[in-house]
Amino acid sequence: MTKHRKTLPLHTVQLVNESRRGFMKAGAGLALGIYLSPLLGDAADVLAQAPAAPPMPKVPPSAFLRIAADGGVTVISKHLEMGQGTFTGLATLIAEELDADWSRVSVEGAPADVSKYGNLAFGGAVQGTGGSTAMAGAWQQMRMAGAAARAMLVAAAAEQWQVPAKDITVSSGTIAHKASNRSAHFGEFAEAAAKLPVPENPTLKTPDQYVLIGKDSVRRRDSAAKVNGSAQFTQDVHLPGMLVAVIARAPRYGAKVASFDDSAARAIPGVVAAFAVPGKDKTYEDGVAVLAKDTWTALKARKALKIEWDESRAWRGSSDSLLADYRKLAATPGAVAVSRGNAAAAIEGAAKTVDAEYSVPYLAHASMEPLNCVVQLTANGGCEIWNGEQFHTPDQGAVAAQLGATPDKVLIHQLYAGGSFGRRANPKSEYILQAVQVAQLAAKAGHNVPVKTVWSREDDTAGGYYRPLALHVARAGLDAQGNIVGWTHRIVGQSIAKGSPFEAMMIKDGVDESLIEGISDLPYDAAALHVDLHIADNPVTTQWWRSVGHTHTGFAAEAFVDELAAAAGKDPYVFRRERLDKHPRERGVLDLVAQKAGWDKPLAKGKDGERRGRGIAVHKSFGSYVAQVAEVTVHKDGSVKVDRVVCAVDCGIAINPDVIRAQMEGGIGYGLSAALHGAITFKDGLVQQSNFHDYKQLRIHEMPKIDVFIVPSEEKPTGVGEPGTAVIAPAFVNAIANATGTRVRQLPLDPASLRA
Amino acid sequence: MTTLHVNGKTLTLDVPDDTPLLWALRDAAHLTGTKYGCGIAACGACTVHVDGQAVRSCVLPVSAVAGKQITTIEAVDGDAVGKAVQEAWRKLDVVQCGYCQSGQIMSAVGLLKVVKQPTDEDIDRAMAGNVCRCATYVRIRAAIHDAAASLA
Repeated sequence: MTKHRKTLPLHTVQLVNESRRGFMKAGAGLALGIYLSPLLGDAADVLAQAPAAPPMPKVPPSAFLRIAADGGVTVISKHLEMGQGTFTGLATLIAEELDADWSRVSVEGAPADVSKYGNLAFGGAVQGTGGSTAMAGAWQQMRMAGAAARAMLVAAAAEQWQVPAKDITVSSGTIAHKASNRSAHFGEFAEAAAKLPVPENPTLKTPDQYVLIGKDSVRRRDSAAKVNGSAQFTQDVHLPGMLVAVIARAPRYGAKVASFDDSAARAIPGVVAAFAVPGKDKTYEDGVAVLAKDTWTALKARKALKIEWDESRAWRGSSDSLLADYRKLAATPGAVAVSRGNAAAAIEGAAKTVDAEYSVPYLAHASMEPLNCVVQLTANGGCEIWNGEQFHTPDQGAVAAQLGATPDKVLIHQLYAGGSFGRRANPKSEYILQAVQVAQLAAKAGHNVPVKTVWSREDDTAGGYYRPLALHVARAGLDAQGNIVGWTHRIVGQSIAKGSPFEAMMIKDGVDESLIEGISDLPYDAAALHVDLHIADNPVTTQWWRSVGHTHTGFAAEAFVDELAAAAGKDPYVFRRERLDKHPRERGVLDLVAQKAGWDKPLAKGKDGERRGRGIAVHKSFGSYVAQVAEVTVHKDGSVKVDRVVCAVDCGIAINPDVIRAQMEGGIGYGLSAALHGAITFKDGLVQQSNFHDYKQLRIHEMPKIDVFIVPSEEKPTGVGEPGTAVIAPAFVNAIANATGTRVRQLPLDPASLRA
Repeated sequence: MTTLHVNGKTLTLDVPDDTPLLWALRDAAHLTGTKYGCGIAACGACTVHVDGQAVRSCVLPVSAVAGKQITTIEAVDGDAVGKAVQEAWRKLDVVQCGYCQSGQIMSAVGLLKVVKQPTDEDIDRAMAGNVCRCATYVRIRAAIHDAAASLA
């Protein structure tokens, strides 16, 4: 058991202001690779063009904001709002420079149009939301748009009032000329301003001038609609003549529809058609769709289908056999990702060696809104799509290809997404292509109407596209002083990119960066480091899941560092800190979290002899630095309650501190849900879970108290949607080790292993 | 044809008797604030009030609610408790994706109608049936306390 020393040197936190040229490349490099669509030109060229300051397309401010005659401002968000606060964030940037009245700002989702709305953090060639890039990518562009619009309003007022522009002030949506006692709201000059030239280089505010950025008084713009039930999600779309489709999907990968009898289904009033939906290679499996006038009828009719599946070529593997296969693979050298010094030799000669194996299961995203998509084919050969669209232009391109149309014929109506956590940005545009195929087949059956394809919770749970199962085998050597002299780390798991259009670009010499991110750039001083990997091959479909590779690399790296600290006989905070000399921002959050958690004071003892402990972890992902301390109580039956989590985050300039806190709270809850309960398992080729009763989610009584602290910073903003998730699992298992002496190396937690 | 009393109005809907209230509200009455999350009363996204009680509408056939008063998120501001809860939710910016929040609010209102000043344990008991994948639980708890204080 690791005992904390009574007093520890806690280090005060300073404003970090190191130069971070190239942060885009370093921080978002992976996401960049993931999201570049081969449909959009030579990906390598685009990658090469993704420097620290990506080229900003010349887009007029009208692409990003509208001012109504009554002075109301509508911000057009190029990013999906799936809960992460991006509508609020983008609007804050525009409203700040526009000097708008925040209470008069509303936000709507942009259509798919890469010429205006490309994600600059992805090099601008793709419109999509992911990799926690929205604020990083839009920081400069949105402020410029707001400042340009403000300058145009001022110029219009100066013209009409016949006064010098420099004497005009703008504040909270009011344009004023004090000397002549004149004032007007934005709406009075909106039309005149729109006719003026767009200034090329409007002056941006300095941080001391901010009235919205960094202020807690700025509240979410989507709260009101989400509190009164009026917010529109894809599930809520009702169009004239619309039909609802549900699909009975193949129970196993590789199963084919041999035959089906739909007579009982068609006998149900309200059912209008049933048809086979042929699978798409490596994308989705065969199915049989039922088309009905409403959702309940469709769900009922699907149960009445009698389908014969040909499973002669179906996959019948299991999670256990996969893990056994992975272990065999892990016994052999893999593709080398990093090799610095001779790690193996250094470990051989070390005073102490530590070995550990970590594993994590498949995970479904389990957004509260099960997957769905509404499609109406259009007379021009394209279609209209209503969706909480996370992957605008890759989806647009893929749908266009399926329809044999050009992308401009695919019109996407953006809606709120009821969660996503990555699921609505499928690398193969899988659920959207299937919904389009269903609309095509419905039209062929005589129903050329809007079709809403809906997934039940059971479909959403067992329908594929999971965070990959992964195995880590780590070995390190320490010298007599506890220095890390060598560290070898082997990872086995599937590549999300493999089999997708991104494979050629993402996998280089057998290395998929998204499988090793967070290990390959390990911040700790290790004299020698060797990281290699095996990309496993099996039919289970995989996808990025909130924080992608960091979901397992953060866990393995930070759990292992804790084991090294214990082996060295050092406090886990001190051990980390001493090895982060060259990483001031990791150290900054580590110091802050230790200070705020009271790491130097003993943890209160448990009642009735219950075991308590606390663990610490720090991890960088998506350009942001997060450290957490988890305090746990381990009950006699081995169940664990996380009582409190203290979290420190450095994400550059804090645009919306309250949204950042919310994302840390939510990210911790999401990661903790997985650590406590999350597992999609296969047996004989079948997913063993189906709904919330057997794919359990964190509930309110399991939620820890959370205190979030934000490091003051003047660096460019980085992501907050994902980085909080990666850190809780290691903080959690490290706390359990502190409480019980038992190292939990396999997730989710098995309480039986911790019985007193 | 089924007759339902929803939000103070009488609706005649063309749905079979076995249709869960959830789908009658959503697809027939077009009251889409009430959400589908699981269909087995395991997540609470579909929570509505039937004669003032918070219930899961996804497993409740319309035949079981004939003659009863149904309130959905669209009309929960019709009384002081509903108003206070919605106000607290806005004030604390509880929502993230928002999809489960109608159900969370209906459960919270149901709690506060019975227990005026709930403890954390009361909140855990009343709200444990409502899943939020964005894990907004910290703020749900704070907002319930806030609403209770504003009603005191």
